[in-house]
Parts: sequence; structure tokens; C-alpha cells
Amino acid sequence: MFAAALATAGFLSGCNQSSSSASAESDRVKIGEFASLTGSEATFGQSSHHGTQLAVDELNASGGLLGKKVQLLTEDDQSQAGQSATVVRKLISSDGVVAVLGEVASSRSLEAAPICQQNKIPMISPASTNPKVTETGDYIFRVCFIDPFQGTVMANFAHKTLKLQNVAVLKDVKSDYSLGLAKFFKEGVLAYGGKIIAEENYSGGDKDFNAQLTAIKAANPDGIFVPGYYTEVGLIALQAKQLGITVPIFGGDGWESSSLVPIGGAALEGDYFSTHFSTQDTAPAVQNFVKSYRAKFNETPDAMAALGYDSAMMLADAVKKTGSTEGAKIRDALAAEKDFAGVTGNITMDANRNASKPAVILEIKNGAFQYVETVAP
Amino acid sequence: MTEFLQQLINGLAFGSILALIALGYTMVYGILRFINFAHGDIFMLGAFAGFYLAPKIAVVIPLPSIAGAIAVLFLAMLICAALGVVIERLAYRPLRKRPKLTVLITAIGVSLFLEYAGQFCFGAAPKRFPDILPGLPITKIGGLSLNSNQLIVLAVTLILLLALRFIVMKTRIGTAMRAVSFNPEAAALMGVNTDIIISFTFALGSALAAAAGILWAVNYPSIDPLMGILPGLKAFVAAVLGGIGNLPGAALGGLIIGVVETFVKGTRWSTCADAIAFAVLILILLVKPSGLLGKKEIEKV
Repeated sequence: MFAAALATAGFLSGCNQSSSSASAESDRVKIGEFASLTGSEATFGQSSHHGTQLAVDELNASGGLLGKKVQLLTEDDQSQAGQSATVVRKLISSDGVVAVLGEVASSRSLEAAPICQQNKIPMISPASTNPKVTETGDYIFRVCFIDPFQGTVMANFAHKTLKLQNVAVLKDVKSDYSLGLAKFFKEGVLAYGGKIIAEENYSGGDKDFNAQLTAIKAANPDGIFVPGYYTEVGLIALQAKQLGITVPIFGGDGWESSSLVPIGGAALEGDYFSTHFSTQDTAPAVQNFVKSYRAKFNETPDAMAALGYDSAMMLADAVKKTGSTEGAKIRDALAAEKDFAGVTGNITMDANRNASKPAVILEIKNGAFQYVETVAP
Repeated sequence: MTEFLQQLINGLAFGSILALIALGYTMVYGILRFINFAHGDIFMLGAFAGFYLAPKIAVVIPLPSIAGAIAVLFLAMLICAALGVVIERLAYRPLRKRPKLTVLITAIGVSLFLEYAGQFCFGAAPKRFPDILPGLPITKIGGLSLNSNQLIVLAVTLILLLALRFIVMKTRIGTAMRAVSFNPEAAALMGVNTDIIISFTFALGSALAAAAGILWAVNYPSIDPLMGILPGLKAFVAAVLGGIGNLPGAALGGLIIGVVETFVKGTRWSTCADAIAFAVLILILLVKPSGLLGKKEIEKV
């Protein structure tokens, strides 16, 4: 079987130039991608899709994979529960992709992961940080760090840099991502001797946070941890300032979006978040990525774009190493990835198929994201 | 105590926007006996009308300013009033003699159409609503933060409510509206042009929804094509709570839902805010099936 696959690959790569009669099906490596191209987390999906697209274009420009062109099949899950399962099923059963890339939101990755696992199709999530995603099974990988790490990083940051004692938490109960981050953040704060003096909830999609913020204000915290997504975070910061809350607000990578500052505006000044990547990183790989991304999409890449890029590049690396497009072989190669040089740092797959890699903390200053520090795993 | 008063202000500001939307539901129900489920989307279109109008108006009247904000509000209301009339003319009027269920399903269809046409035309990503009102410094009274936007919402809602009350109770067309609501056939026999009255009702309700959309966007300046779904649903509940078909009832229902929800959200049960708000609805309807201010209808056999 292995030999046959290799022989076919070799035959095709040999004939690629001369024979155009080979069917379009077999002279392409099909990679499936599902992303929230529309809906409430649309900017995440758009960014990760752009990153992935850039990676695929670069792969094709340098000769493709195993001598074949790489074809990226992208499906939109509309940021809605239920949609990702449908589109991933379609990618696997009717399009016959060799691997699946996606999603940013943990809840939607969790929906798709069992389907990929069942069909033995490797799946790489670019940016789902909830631990449960890769626990689904041995075919599920990610190129980002996980919530325990991000929650702990922010707890350490609250302790060492912001020097907070009494912290309030405002989390999105509808999102696994937000709950996960909040849980590990709270453990971190309690571990260094800080106190969680208020804990309030909201549901993703809410616009009015005055009630929760009034309750938080009454508890008088030194800082507020908001592990939510940018749509709500901007409004939360705005309403907090209107209620006269002046303490810093900080959160995780769900903040990172070009839509954050337009919504929150000046209310976000002096707030912090942890993320995967900073364009201010001077490493040549990062600068090259930033340059070609700007050239192609006429915008500055964010972390989701960088992770989308890394997810596709790591998949390509695994396919190259194993020389096959067979699910089980790609899986083994992915599991063995060590010090893969991605634009979001050096990635090593740990035993649970999670990426072990550094995090960066950014501050919002004059409406831009300013690099503060890098935290190693 | 401070926290209580602050939550009360938060709740009233939120509730008064719901009240404005609820009025549209209740007016249409009062006259046509059907729920216009597309009403929440008119609310969304009102916010988007403001979004696209603001830069145009800023050329004539510099924004943010009070005069500019009134101009944006007024024009958005006018646009949505026209839209409301068009929707009624195209989607509902041809079905007027059909079973009520047909119109109801059509209304849901119109609602979905507006939402997804909105996603297509405006894009799905949330947009930042421009600052149309000068951001007054936050007034502090003994620990209370009075946000100028919340106060403006309360004031505008009150003015619109009084204006609506005047139109319905004191003008000729208002009298005709009440007549059609009471008995359309008899009103028609008395020389009331029911088509015009129904169009006018849709215009009035849609204008109020547009005003609610602008007020909402001023307070929560992130707008997207699906923003009308939840406020629309809550306003519908508010209308039923107050007694559907009854104008003061809709306003009262909106305020109750807003205040209850805000108070629950401020506690550790914030996740159940909607559940509790709806439980209040069920309780009130168990005691008063026609709503708080609704009249008992006698079924004629």
C-alpha cells in the first residue's frame, strides 16, 4: 500500500510536465479548510483564511507538494454552531481532502474534530486554544498554545507586571475558549496569592454589559480579566469607561483583530492581551511573511493570519517528510514535528499533539498594538 | 444603594429601547392581528441607515453635534418608514385575505431575507457606528455614573412616546387607526381608507424601530446585520407582557424586561438573565393572560 502510494506519487511527479491527460483529481493534493468567513467572528476566519491561502500559493510557486499542485478547498461555517460539522463532512466525504485545516474558535473545532478523527483525516487547528480540541483523538493537532498556558501567562503578567491583588473576571459563558482561559487564569491568580473578588458572565452576542460592569465596579478590583472575543471586548471597554472604571482590562488572543480598536476606541488605551505573534518581531521569517502578506492582501497580518499560515506550512512539511498523502502517515509525521520554524515561533508537538511555543503580550497604545514582552513555555 | 440605582438607570436605558421596538409590534398587531417578525430587522436597518447617513450629513452639519444627531435620527426614521410601507405593500398586503398563518410565515421569510440581504450588502463583520453625539463628560453624583448617552436614550424615548400618544389619541388619522383596530369592516364602511391607515401604521412603527436602532447604536456602537434578532425577540415579549395591541402596555413591558434583565445580570445568576426575564413573562401571563394592560377579549360565538 505504502509502496503503491509512493509509486503513484513518483509516477505523477515524473509525468507532471509532459502528461496533461492525467485526471485533474489525481494531480492535485486537496487540502480542506473550514473558517468563519462570515458572521460574528468573521475577521478571525478571514485572517486565518488569508494566511492559509498565502501558504498554499507559496507552496505552489515553489513546485507544490510531491510534485502535485496544492488545491485549497475553503468552506464557510458562518460563525454558527452546527455549520462546521456539516461543511467538514462535505470536505471529507464529497471532496476527498487529505487533511483539514481549521478553526479559530474552539467550540467549532470541537464540532469538527470527532468527524476528522472518525475518518482518520488529520486536522490542524490554527488557533483553537481550548485543551479539549486535541483530546478528541490522535488525528487532531494544533499550531497554537493552549488555554492553561495562556491563562497562566496572563495570571503571571497580572502578578509580576501589573502587580494586581484583587482581580475581577468577566467571561463569555457561551464560549469554551473563554471558560477555559478564565479557569486557568483564576488558578494562576490564586496560586500567587491574589484574590478573585468578582466573577461575572455574559453571553457572546450581548451588547449591553452595564449590569455586569456595575457589579464589578462595586467590588472595586485593581484589574479586570476579560477572556472574550473582540466584538464584545470593544463594547465592554467602552461601557466600563462610561461607568467610570479606570483599572486596566486585559485578556487573551481573542482580542486580536483589526475590528477591536475601531469599536472600543480610546477606551482600550492601556489595556493588554496575550497573543501568538507580533509584527514587530524582527526575525527574518516574520518580516518576510509580513512583507508578502501585505503585498498580497494589502493589510497587516494579525496572529490568526500567522497561525493559518503556520498550520498549512506544517501540514506541507509533514507531507513532504512522509512523502505520502495517506492520513495515517501524515498523522505520524505531524506528531513527530520538532522545532518547526513557524512565523509564530518554533513549534514542537508534545505528546498530546499541542504546540509548545512562546506567547507574546501586547499593549494597546495610541490605537495600535505595541509589543510588551515574550513569555517562553 | 449606589449599585442599585446604577443598575436601575442601566435597566431603564436598555428597557426604553426595547419599549420603542415593542411599540411597532403592538401597533401592527392592534390593527392587523398579526406579528410582524421582520420588525427587529427594521431596527437593524435603522442603525445601518444612520451608519451610512452620518458621513453624508457630516458634510452639511459637522458631527458629532446635537443638530447633526437629530438630522441622522430623523432621516433614518424617514427611510425606515418608507421601507416599512414598501414591505407591507409587497409582502403582506397581497396576503391580507389569507389565513393569518400565511402572513406570519411570510413575516419570518421577510425577516430572514432582510438579515441575509443585510449580510450581503453591508458585510457580516460588525461595524463601528460613528459618534454622532458629542460625548459629554460623565456626570458623577455620589458614586453614580450618569452617562450622557443613557440619559439621551431615556429623553428621546419619552419624547417619541408622547408624540405617538398625541398622534394616536388627538389626530384624525389616529382616530382612524383606532377605528380600524376596533373593527376594520365597520371603519371601511364609515369611509376610512383602511389601506392608507395600515400603511401609515407600518410607517409609524418602522420609524420608531429606526429611532430605537439609532439609540441602540449610539449606546452600543457595534452594529451588524443580525443585531436585530435578539432585541426584536425581547421587544416582542415586552409587547405580549404589556398586553399586545396596547400602546402604554408595550412601553411598560419594555421597561420591565429591561430592568429585570439588568438586575439579574448584575448578580451571580447572570447566565440565566434571559431565562428569568422569560419566567417573569410566563408568571404574568398565568395571572393575567391578556398581559398587564391588555383588555380581556370576549370570544363571540
